[in-house]
Amino acid sequence: MSTESVAWPNRAAASPSFVDHLHEWVTTVDHKRLGILYIVYALIFLVIGGIEATVMRIQLIRPHNDFVSPQVFNRMFTMHGTTMIFFVVMPVLFGFANYLIPLMIGARDMAFPRLNAFSFWMTAFGGLLLYFSLVGANGLYGAGNAPDVGWFAYAPLTSQTFSVGHSTDFWTLALLVSGFGSIGTAINIIATVLCMRCPGMTLAKMPLFAWLNLIMAGLVILAVSPLTAAQIMLMVDRYLGGHFFDTQAGGSAVVWMHFFWVFGHPEVYVLVLPAFAFASEIIPVFSRKPIFGYPVMVGATIAIGFISMSVWAHHMFTVGMSSAANTFFVISTMAIAVPTGIKIFNWLATMWGGKIEFKTPMLFCIAFLFQFLIAGLTGVMQAAAPFDWQLGSSYFVVAHFHYVIVGGILFCLFGAFYYWFPKMSGKIYSEPLGKLHFWLFIIGFHLTFDFMHIPGLLGMPRRIYTYEPGRGWDTWNLVVTIGVFFQAAGILVFLGNLIWSYFGGEPAGNDPWDAWTLEWSTNSPPPVYNFYTIPSVRSRRPLWDLKHPDDPDWKYE
Amino acid sequence: MSKVVVWICSAAAAFADTAQPLSPTNIFAPASTPARSIFGLSLFVLAVTGAIFLVVFALLLYAVVKFKNEKNDDGSEPPQVYGSNQVELAWTVIPVLIVVALFMATARVIASVQKTVRPDNAIEVVAIGHQFWWEYRYPALGVVTANELHVPVSDDNHPTPTFIQLLSADTDHSFWVPRLAGKTDLIPNHPNSMWIDPHDTGVYLGQCAQYCGTQHAKMLLRVYVQSQDEFDRWIQEQRQTATVGNAVSQGQRIFEMTACINCHTVAGTVANGRFGPDLTHLMSRDTIAAGAAKNTPENLRQWILNPASIKPGSLMPAMQLSGPELDALTAYLETLR
Repeated sequence: MSTESVAWPNRAAASPSFVDHLHEWVTTVDHKRLGILYIVYALIFLVIGGIEATVMRIQLIRPHNDFVSPQVFNRMFTMHGTTMIFFVVMPVLFGFANYLIPLMIGARDMAFPRLNAFSFWMTAFGGLLLYFSLVGANGLYGAGNAPDVGWFAYAPLTSQTFSVGHSTDFWTLALLVSGFGSIGTAINIIATVLCMRCPGMTLAKMPLFAWLNLIMAGLVILAVSPLTAAQIMLMVDRYLGGHFFDTQAGGSAVVWMHFFWVFGHPEVYVLVLPAFAFASEIIPVFSRKPIFGYPVMVGATIAIGFISMSVWAHHMFTVGMSSAANTFFVISTMAIAVPTGIKIFNWLATMWGGKIEFKTPMLFCIAFLFQFLIAGLTGVMQAAAPFDWQLGSSYFVVAHFHYVIVGGILFCLFGAFYYWFPKMSGKIYSEPLGKLHFWLFIIGFHLTFDFMHIPGLLGMPRRIYTYEPGRGWDTWNLVVTIGVFFQAAGILVFLGNLIWSYFGGEPAGNDPWDAWTLEWSTNSPPPVYNFYTIPSVRSRRPLWDLKHPDDPDWKYE
Repeated sequence: MSKVVVWICSAAAAFADTAQPLSPTNIFAPASTPARSIFGLSLFVLAVTGAIFLVVFALLLYAVVKFKNEKNDDGSEPPQVYGSNQVELAWTVIPVLIVVALFMATARVIASVQKTVRPDNAIEVVAIGHQFWWEYRYPALGVVTANELHVPVSDDNHPTPTFIQLLSADTDHSFWVPRLAGKTDLIPNHPNSMWIDPHDTGVYLGQCAQYCGTQHAKMLLRVYVQSQDEFDRWIQEQRQTATVGNAVSQGQRIFEMTACINCHTVAGTVANGRFGPDLTHLMSRDTIAAGAAKNTPENLRQWILNPASIKPGSLMPAMQLSGPELDALTAYLETLR
């Protein structure tokens, strides 16, 4: 190497310029850099989606408020939902999967590095396309509007009749384009997990993280494909005279609902399985015990994957399905509570008898367990179809799915950020700031989403830009809005912690948590090629075996 | 088991009485059979999920407190436990049994609400959702009205339930009056139905529960439950055509010479539009603009002058009338009783 650099004296001497850096990042096919691109991209959209949520909550702080117009409010909830699902949670989870799977299974990259880069840029441009509606939706005159059809965009509100201009087209195209990216990533994850494992790592010896992401990727392919098909059908309706969803010409609004939710419900598990994956790595390490019931955890995940494909119409209990169809979706939906419950019990058993260290990642995971328990139980309530005839489309549902996505998924994600930040950056984060973030966020979360259930029980429907006084909703909405500011403060502390620690943190070392999976055996941050030599493993906890040669796992597995 | 059910039901009835003042749209203050069936089921589900919550929450809390790493810990690793098939079996079988119980209770209520056969004396109403108001037609009684649904009270000895056919003229809507029944969507090209049998007279509130466009929020529902006599009288009044005196003929002329008649009907006159609410008996209603404003002369005038000031996004255009024209038109509308 050194002799070659003599040939390029100027390049070797000068530190690479900003443009060189940019060029490297834009053209990268390295799974770690793409992972970080996904994560940073998602964090930017997290802030945007959070601002949209804050605007809505300020508008709802009291009845008949006029902070924003109904038109703006409707755009805010459409953009908030679409942004958070498609351009925050999915990309950030793909980012972690990209970064960690090759490291955990002892591989040097994903199976298809170029497909990986292609997928990221599709997702990225999908997000840009969605926000380009703000300037382009009325034609390229610099005057546009964000879509205002709701994140599930029920027909026929999306038809040319009710949605003039191009805002719905931007929404459709954004999801179509990012959908291709998601499918590409899913294919990549499946191929990587199935084909790239290091010697000795059978499927039964993979970290649970890889298992959960494998199932997630399978679900992405099954779920995103119908969504993509539906977007194409919608485009055909809007521009080529199709009548799939055109109710005035014999089309069916209910068909759109089926298409959307046959995507929409597996999507929930696409989002939550990677969160389970984080918890399944973090909880054992900070309890100092292996995951309890590994084969059962894998089995439960596969069960969730299968059952999640047969529950979608529980989003449609109020659309007038037959009692037989309603009954079927009640039992399938309730059935999914069983494997999910098994998972919670296994995490509980993993902590049982351990030595729990309350580091920031573990705090977030413990909060996740409590909150996901509640989210699951409110889900069971809504699985009882008649109860859902009251709860559906009310603020109770909004509270429920935010309990899943924020209280469950986002809490696990924060845990994951703190847990793997030392590996990704080579620096240790600030523990006091991490704990401050945790407490601010948990206070804000509970103020907002605990109390949000109540107006739903008192008859407040979702997606209303204002409400009448005298319905008993006022106080609850005020409390809910106050909670938002705690959450916002928590997010600021979190971002500040990441940036400050990146530039000024202490070096982390290779293995700051005394952990057991392969990513902790290499440098922090890992070199481009990940491992100097490809490792070979004999158990699910290769680093435990190394650290405890007297009592290795492979004797028991 | 049956004792427990009786106890739950009596506790529920007591709770329902105290719950109603919390909110006029409280789902836990049912006043009609479908809402009551749901309420009963919801208490069972809440009891079961509440019990699960307490047990698992307690276990989690115990684990977190008990197995906290001590400050003076020696740094040794705790015993490494990999799993237990017996324990796994236990926490698989018990949830399965709970799910079966919940499912059976749920299936029963689905059947009881969805499979009810319409009795011959039931009132038949067609509710049509529009952006952003409700049209009600009583085909057997020859009545068309808007936004304020009138139904007779039903008592258990002589039930007179109301069966509502749900249609939509444009986008999806949802009919939700929480104290009377769960919500059912109004979907174009997909007729639905629901039924209510309110046990007490009074006004029951609700609103559209499926996002239907800009003014989804102010598509409010009002159901007037009346004694049979009052309901019969209301029907008789609604069947009359409009009677207009000479004093307001100028207002009537303005109404019939402008775009008003494109959308509104006043029975007995040339006005026969169907796009907006039927105004034949406008003054018999307490509210205008689908419950968004009280039906007072000032509000009515303001509404005609600029609908967006009350309901931005409403599909009714501002009529651009001069002051005297507005006065005359309002005076005419006020005679439509």
